[in-house]
Amino acid sequence: MNENTTDNTSTSVNHKLRTQLPKSLTGIQGLDEITDGGLPTGRPTLLCGGAGCGKTLLAMEFLVRGATQFNEPGVFMAFEETPNDLIKNVASLGFDLVDLIDRKKLVLDFVYIERSEIEEAGEYNLDGLFIRLAFAIDSIGAKRVVLDTIESLFTALPNPLVLRAELRRLFRWLKDKDVTAIITGERGDETLTRQGLEEYVSDCVIILDHRVTAQDSTRRLRIVKYRGSMHGTNEYPFLIDENGLSILPITSLGLQHSVSYERISTGIPRLDTMLDNQGFFRGSTILIYGTAGTGKTSFASQIAEAACRRGERVLYFSFEESPAQMIRNMSSIGIDLQWCVESKLLKFHANRPTFSGLETHLATMHREINTFKPQIVIADPLSSLHIEGKSAEVKAVLMRLVDFLKTNQITGVFTSLAVASAELPELFNAHDVTSLIDTCLIVRSVESGGERNRVLSILKSRGMAHSNQIREFILTGHGIELCDVYGGSEGVLTGSARMAQEAKKVAVALLHRQETEYKQRELENKHSILAAKIATLEAEFAVQKVEDEKIIAQEIRQVQQLEEDRLQMEAAREADAAKVNGLI
Amino acid sequence: MTTNETENSTYECEETLESSPDSFYLLKLYVLGTTPNSQHAIKNIKNICEEYLQGRYTLEVIDLYQQPQLAQGEQIIAIPTLIRKLPLPLRRILGDLSNAERVLVGLDIQRIK
Repeated sequence: MNENTTDNTSTSVNHKLRTQLPKSLTGIQGLDEITDGGLPTGRPTLLCGGAGCGKTLLAMEFLVRGATQFNEPGVFMAFEETPNDLIKNVASLGFDLVDLIDRKKLVLDFVYIERSEIEEAGEYNLDGLFIRLAFAIDSIGAKRVVLDTIESLFTALPNPLVLRAELRRLFRWLKDKDVTAIITGERGDETLTRQGLEEYVSDCVIILDHRVTAQDSTRRLRIVKYRGSMHGTNEYPFLIDENGLSILPITSLGLQHSVSYERISTGIPRLDTMLDNQGFFRGSTILIYGTAGTGKTSFASQIAEAACRRGERVLYFSFEESPAQMIRNMSSIGIDLQWCVESKLLKFHANRPTFSGLETHLATMHREINTFKPQIVIADPLSSLHIEGKSAEVKAVLMRLVDFLKTNQITGVFTSLAVASAELPELFNAHDVTSLIDTCLIVRSVESGGERNRVLSILKSRGMAHSNQIREFILTGHGIELCDVYGGSEGVLTGSARMAQEAKKVAVALLHRQETEYKQRELENKHSILAAKIATLEAEFAVQKVEDEKIIAQEIRQVQQLEEDRLQMEAAREADAAKVNGLI
Repeated sequence: MTTNETENSTYECEETLESSPDSFYLLKLYVLGTTPNSQHAIKNIKNICEEYLQGRYTLEVIDLYQQPQLAQGEQIIAIPTLIRKLPLPLRRILGDLSNAERVLVGLDIQRIK
């Protein structure tokens, strides 16, 4: 064993000389991305955070993944939890430590010191710890080591000065051993760790955090430093669930996503017509925004069903209703979600918004999307994520969700409950998320004539010519239907007013038709009268003609008669017969 | 490196002990090779035992350099560590045992002046 040493400079020089820092993949979802390839190989990493923020689990997952995925056996030296407790605790994450121990992939060593048993008498060092660690490492050829939480030695051993010197030596020793180590530490008041371990472990420092804001707790991870490497600098939310940890590098996205020109139907033909005859763009984000009971969920369900009918996969995040309730309610308006679920095209993920913090919700959604790989994601309603005083966060979360969806060309459909107010612009001040949205539908209920009716309008729809009309829609037994439009003095007519208008229109049309028919008949009458008159005249004419001819004939006869009479008289007188003959 | 020293002789030093005058002491000293601290500890404990526990103690010196596997079972982290197995309760004394006062306190051996 080497003597205590406090010289750290030679290793620092080494860091600078290396251009490509060797890294060990952790196998933990997302962590390898934000660390740009994992933890520094052969060096200790400090993992600090408050109680219950997941230090032990992260460290254990590092070992388990190392043993199972990268064939790097590991040693877990526990200072706080007994092996039995550890085995039980991580069994909930699906890690079978007993099996790993049997296969010589893992060693658990529990360091237990009872302060009351201990007396100090003279000089000592921690070679015992070194021996144990070395023995454990050598027994399975470990490449990874976790010390969890070595700081508890400070409460166990009376002399902190010895301890500090020994810890410094330990970390150097770990480097010499060329094991990739995680050292956990409780977060101190002003320092990263209570005992200032960051002084000794300075290659890579990761902070875990478990914050509660407005009763929601969110776990976050941040890389404080990573000597010799690029790394994400933001706070990344992470989840601990049955699959272990998952960390989301979602804030690191740029606005570089490619876009689709493909159009997808809304499932409501007339709504498609309003949207440039073709519906939404694939990969766009759609917000259905409206007051209570205006059919936001129905619209979302209709879109979902239409997508499923096309054979697409839909992931439905419901924050208010259970899947069973959704299926029942939607079947009442003829939307068959049951079929969609049974054909495994629709997946519900129902959670109360208060189930976890915003970041955690986002992380959950992220993970669900990654596993289900849907074409359409529906979040219903977004507004329930909006808890007093967090609108900036909601926007930030939504932005990240939108970015993530767009990167994957997933169409996002969100609903949002508007605060009841007569003035529409005010509604939008409350959330101010519309700038992130490509197509925004507003559904409202309009009160008129003692009724409440639902109307729909398109606030905006990027990249397409869309209808500017306010349309009434009704929830029928076969889905949502947009009604015909009747403008009135007070805007669009809805409900009974529209029906009255429809009836009136029918009546007017009938009257008009009747009038036309009447006019036609009148004309026909006129025609027939004229025709009759013509016939009479013709008849008169014929009679007249006959009479006239008769008169003419009589006149001719009379002339002839007179001539005959004169001739006869002449003959009778026997005078000048020749003249008579010559005359005839 | 392992040294067993067992001597059963009648106790004659009752004037040196006030309490539990007939207690039998089972001591284990964990050391690491020939490091100075370890050598000092071995020497010091032998002296103390001979002086105060003559004839009613067993001292076992264990070199972890040769038997590293024993460190885990005995929960050794510091070198040297002296463990009083008997009489109960178990006590641990860390260090090269150069401070005899503290060793005696730790072993619960009271000296009468």
